[in-house]
Amino acid sequence: MRRRHTTWLALFAALMMVLAACGDSTDDTTATDDTEASTETTAAAAEPFRIAIVAPSASNDLAFTQSIVDAVDVIKGEMGNVEVAVTDGTFVVEDAAAAIRGYASEGYDLVIAHGSQYGGSLQEIAPDFPEVSFAWGTAADTFGIANVYSYEAASDEGGYVMGVMAAALSESGTIGVVGPIEVGDAKLYVDGFAAGAVAQNPAASVNINYTGSFGDVALASEAAQAHAAAGADVMSGTAQMVVGAVGVADEQGILWFGTQANQTSLAPDIVVASQVYHWEVILRDIISNLQSGKLGGEIYSINLANGGEVIEYNPAYALPDDVKQLAEDTIAGIVDGSISTGG
Amino acid sequence: MNEFFTQAILIATVASGIRLAVPLLLASLGETFGQRSGVLNLGVDGIMLLGAFGGYYTVLKTDSVWLGLLTGIGIGIILGLVSAVISVTLKAEQGISGIGIYLFGLGMSDLLFQKLVGTPRPVSSFPKLDIPGLSDIPILGEMLFQHSMIVYVAFGLVPVSMYIINRTTFGMNIRAVGENPEAADSLGVSVVRTRYLTVTIGGTLAGIAGAALAIDLGIFQQNLTNAQGFIAIALVYFGAWRPAGVMGGALLYGFVNSLVLQFKTLGIIPRSWSDIAAMAPAIITILALVLVARRFRQPAALTKPFTRGA
Amino acid sequence: MATAETNRRSRPKFVAYLVPLAAVVVALGIGAIMLGLLGASPIEGFRAMLKGAFGSSDALIETALKATPLLFVGVGITIAFRANVINIGGEGQMVAGALLATAIALALPDLPAVVMLPTVLVAGIVGGAAWGAVPGALKAYYNVNEILSTIMLNVVAVQLMNYLLRGPMIDPGELERGTRIPQTARLQEGADLPLLFGGGRLHIGPLVAVLAAIGAYILLWRTPLGYRVRAVGLSPDAARYAGISVKRTIVLAMTMSGAMSGLAGAVLVFGSESHRMVTDGSTVGFTGSAGFNGIVAALFGGLHPLWTIPASFMFGGLLVGGIALQRAVQVPSALIMALNGLVVVFVVASDRWKKRLQEQPVHLDDVAPNPPPPRETVVDGGGGP
Repeated sequence: MRRRHTTWLALFAALMMVLAACGDSTDDTTATDDTEASTETTAAAAEPFRIAIVAPSASNDLAFTQSIVDAVDVIKGEMGNVEVAVTDGTFVVEDAAAAIRGYASEGYDLVIAHGSQYGGSLQEIAPDFPEVSFAWGTAADTFGIANVYSYEAASDEGGYVMGVMAAALSESGTIGVVGPIEVGDAKLYVDGFAAGAVAQNPAASVNINYTGSFGDVALASEAAQAHAAAGADVMSGTAQMVVGAVGVADEQGILWFGTQANQTSLAPDIVVASQVYHWEVILRDIISNLQSGKLGGEIYSINLANGGEVIEYNPAYALPDDVKQLAEDTIAGIVDGSISTGG
Repeated sequence: MNEFFTQAILIATVASGIRLAVPLLLASLGETFGQRSGVLNLGVDGIMLLGAFGGYYTVLKTDSVWLGLLTGIGIGIILGLVSAVISVTLKAEQGISGIGIYLFGLGMSDLLFQKLVGTPRPVSSFPKLDIPGLSDIPILGEMLFQHSMIVYVAFGLVPVSMYIINRTTFGMNIRAVGENPEAADSLGVSVVRTRYLTVTIGGTLAGIAGAALAIDLGIFQQNLTNAQGFIAIALVYFGAWRPAGVMGGALLYGFVNSLVLQFKTLGIIPRSWSDIAAMAPAIITILALVLVARRFRQPAALTKPFTRGA
Repeated sequence: MATAETNRRSRPKFVAYLVPLAAVVVALGIGAIMLGLLGASPIEGFRAMLKGAFGSSDALIETALKATPLLFVGVGITIAFRANVINIGGEGQMVAGALLATAIALALPDLPAVVMLPTVLVAGIVGGAAWGAVPGALKAYYNVNEILSTIMLNVVAVQLMNYLLRGPMIDPGELERGTRIPQTARLQEGADLPLLFGGGRLHIGPLVAVLAAIGAYILLWRTPLGYRVRAVGLSPDAARYAGISVKRTIVLAMTMSGAMSGLAGAVLVFGSESHRMVTDGSTVGFTGSAGFNGIVAALFGGLHPLWTIPASFMFGGLLVGGIALQRAVQVPSALIMALNGLVVVFVVASDRWKKRLQEQPVHLDDVAPNPPPPRETVVDGGGGP
């Protein structure tokens, strides 16, 4: 046994080395030289502006990851000469760290670490690449590092608006919310939604069910069934597993409010509105800062006021005019500060 | 507390437990066949995921849930055969090859989804079937007999599996091959053929389980099964390699899950305890086995490849 | 390393050694086709992969770091498998070890560095050992199969992690800012794994893992306990007849196996980029599937602790290279996962062809020409459970 294993491992290793050597000899050394590529961020116009995204789920997930990929696409459309690289599906935090480090060492101008869980790693990586700018979200901390931006979404604001609408539309007074784990953006949204619903109808009972998983679609579906059994006639939820809950809502004719991306396509009959993130609003600021030589140090937030958060109504759903007016009033109230989301 | 015992909620909780049990039941029934004949397949979750994508994609393209189910079956057969080639003919280490199939299924189903579909799009689900007569029984009818068709299929397979394993020649061969392949071989039972059949049955049922899950939810997403295939394998041990026991395990796991969800919804379990409560199905499954303290022995030849004259 | 042993039947043996290599090539060949279908250049992709895994000192360091948890888990797996216990609870045991180690580091922030590091590593060992001892005891005393209990305990571990990291152990700063990211604060620097060779990212983790592998080898083949473990694995009845307590041995084997995984978890935390524990809500987000991939590494290494070392390194290279490949040719990372699975399947599946080729020259192999360690050759990768 021993010899067999030795030898194949040895051969495998040898093959790897040989191939690696081939790779080295034919390749030039752009990737290994850390700093050269990006010394001048305001270099010649012919040089493309290079943006890399590292994100936890699929880039077309109709939720968190897609929101940043779409935003960078918008930026690309506006600026023209932009090169975009994406490493998606990187839920393993250490793998994300490796990818962030990799892009930084390849001299990307802006590396976007699109996951709260990546922050701790970024704090260690960013100082090693002072010429590269990093953006981290959703978070509200730049660690005092000069080349780190952070960005967050005031998802409680959109949540509050939709909570108000939900309470106004609910006939039973029972509203169901499906969440993953009570953390971060999910908690912010859910708390805002619940606050809005209760503000609109103090007698409303808002049932909140955190299933304990970001990925378990079947559990999210059954959580929605439980809400339905408890009498909910309006529901909402956040994170990628809610697609299961939307299906149940559709089947039972329960109204749905979406967040992070426009979820109308999942159930055109019952989706009332979605809170949609437009990160391009803050990306524009970050990039113009970058081009004037400021690589970080700012905390950005998208919200209803700056247009980074937009409530997109489903045109196919006949939203009563008074409820729509209520929503618009609530948005105006949040924007001018007369309404607090309680967050 | 009283709130919980309204009739509607009680019915919904039981019905929800049954739905949650279905994919687990299908997959673990299949795994039972393989293990009874001595083959452990840890790749169940990978087969489920590919079956789920295949089923979902077919329904998306054809709008026929039955064609979708058929695709799940086809994918299950193919991957079952592949598993059989690997573990029976090539006699590979069963644990490790299953992990390979799991990783392949996890990656491949996601890749295909991203390339062929992109963003999640809903598809139609299995039609509901109210069993005539039975569905009209108060309470019980609503709990048990107003489900989508795949639910009856899954539970119907339990007696079928019991019959096959305990009452047919094929079943006798399965048990013989799983207990003492040498003796079975000397009596003229083809160990290889028997194991090919059982592993393929296992793959088929895993494919069905995946397709059933995806079509019943009407959606696909990366890692849709969320490791249910592994739970299904655990339930085979819970059920001590007997279809009825496996069904008991699947129902227990499903019911505890649905109860926890219902308690969370009604606020009986406070929100700050939601993750602690989510441990309940796993812990209760272990405890149940400890308390029942059964002394079933596993098939003697489980995980041992067979070589004639070895 | 190409063995210096002379063999009279060198031709068939040589062919046999090419089989697993061919298997890797075939798997990567399928990967190349998939890359082509995705519109990416396979040559460019594989070049990036090799370069990313083995092409520079930084790459080799990344590979060694990636291999470290695989090796710890793999070593633990060899111990359990030698006692005929299948431990597929590595994921949960890693989490348990990491949680206890992190909790200790948070609870005793004022420990001096000399005491801190050993304390947290031991805490990792204890946490993992406890998470492994439970299924061991359930198997030995309650007849609860270890596959069932380890799978279930993986489910429990992830919820425990989510609860602790969003609740009692959360970084107070996250509560102040209201961002509530489920992670601990930056842990004490005294608990950082010391770096080797001054700068860079290479910490002592890989070294500790190699030492653990050597320790496991000594334990299994040079101590009475190891003898008992192997005896129980080979034949529980014979072991019982020889006066060995089978039940206690099974519990011990699972405990040691869990301890190794727990240490892997602790090393992941204190050797991570972030030097803190963070969850994305799933086990794999923390472990990177090392609890499963470690099993693969152990079996590639023939369930022998020492051969698990190079096997882990190669496997780590494959995983690190996969990230580089994804980055270079911009394909979905799901492809890397699928490729990972294909390599495992093909190499395992080819094992028997290799053996068959080796078995043709009858009995020649049995004359073991390597003198030194008196090692068991009974289990040859196919004999674990």
